[in-house]
Amino acid sequence: MNALRRNVLKGATGAGTLAVAVAAGLLKPTQALAEWNKSAFEAKNVGDAMKGLGISGPADSKDITIKAPDIAENGAVVPVEVTSGIAGTTGIAIIAEKNGTPLIGDFALSGGTQGYISTRIKMGQTSLVRAVVKAGGKTYTAAKEVKVTIGGCGG
Amino acid sequence: MAEPMRIRAMMAGDVVDVKVLMNHPMETGLRKDAKTGQLVPAHFIQEVTTTINGATVLAAELGTGVSKNPYLGFKVKGPKKGDKVVVNWTDNKGDKNSAEATIG
Repeated sequence: MNALRRNVLKGATGAGTLAVAVAAGLLKPTQALAEWNKSAFEAKNVGDAMKGLGISGPADSKDITIKAPDIAENGAVVPVEVTSGIAGTTGIAIIAEKNGTPLIGDFALSGGTQGYISTRIKMGQTSLVRAVVKAGGKTYTAAKEVKVTIGGCGG
Repeated sequence: MAEPMRIRAMMAGDVVDVKVLMNHPMETGLRKDAKTGQLVPAHFIQEVTTTINGATVLAAELGTGVSKNPYLGFKVKGPKKGDKVVVNWTDNKGDKNSAEATIG
């Protein structure tokens, strides 16, 4: 119940248009109140995922390092580390381009949090793993290919 | 309902290295149960919020592409030994879990 109340309060202050949509019966309240970025996470391709994140045409950057295996034997657990050397990095998103739903995670960094995220992701097939970094109102990107050999032999 | 979560927060110079291991099946909703042949409903963590001494340092939104028993590692400049790290997650079914650790 507390979470619902919290969401209601946030919705009231931050999402005027959503409130209108709810009033008009266009959206179910539960959908409108969710903070989770449903449109980005359920997008079936990279372009729509970026659109959902509010990102268009990120600039390629050599200051973003993606550490991931060249060949992942097990696509269910692929360790990925993203380091952004861009000053003022406030967000990192990780995308596995050929996954059914490419967006893996969107990380908002605040306080003294460094431009660094380490996690483990699922990959359906060999694909580019892309990092999108938000810094100073701009977006930057870099990608690294990870070959996935399900079953651990051949490829 | 909610399994325990493990947090490690260690100072390395002036940066604290935080590692969080959550316990969660992270079902995509696309996997079939081997016995019944039915799809296993999606069940995954959607939001993870981390605070240090009450101030948010990481607000993460996750999708189904994060591996089972999600791992998150990140680094924060500024905190000191003894500061309190709190991690909260919420999944798509509304389950929640919270854990805290002291920076060592």
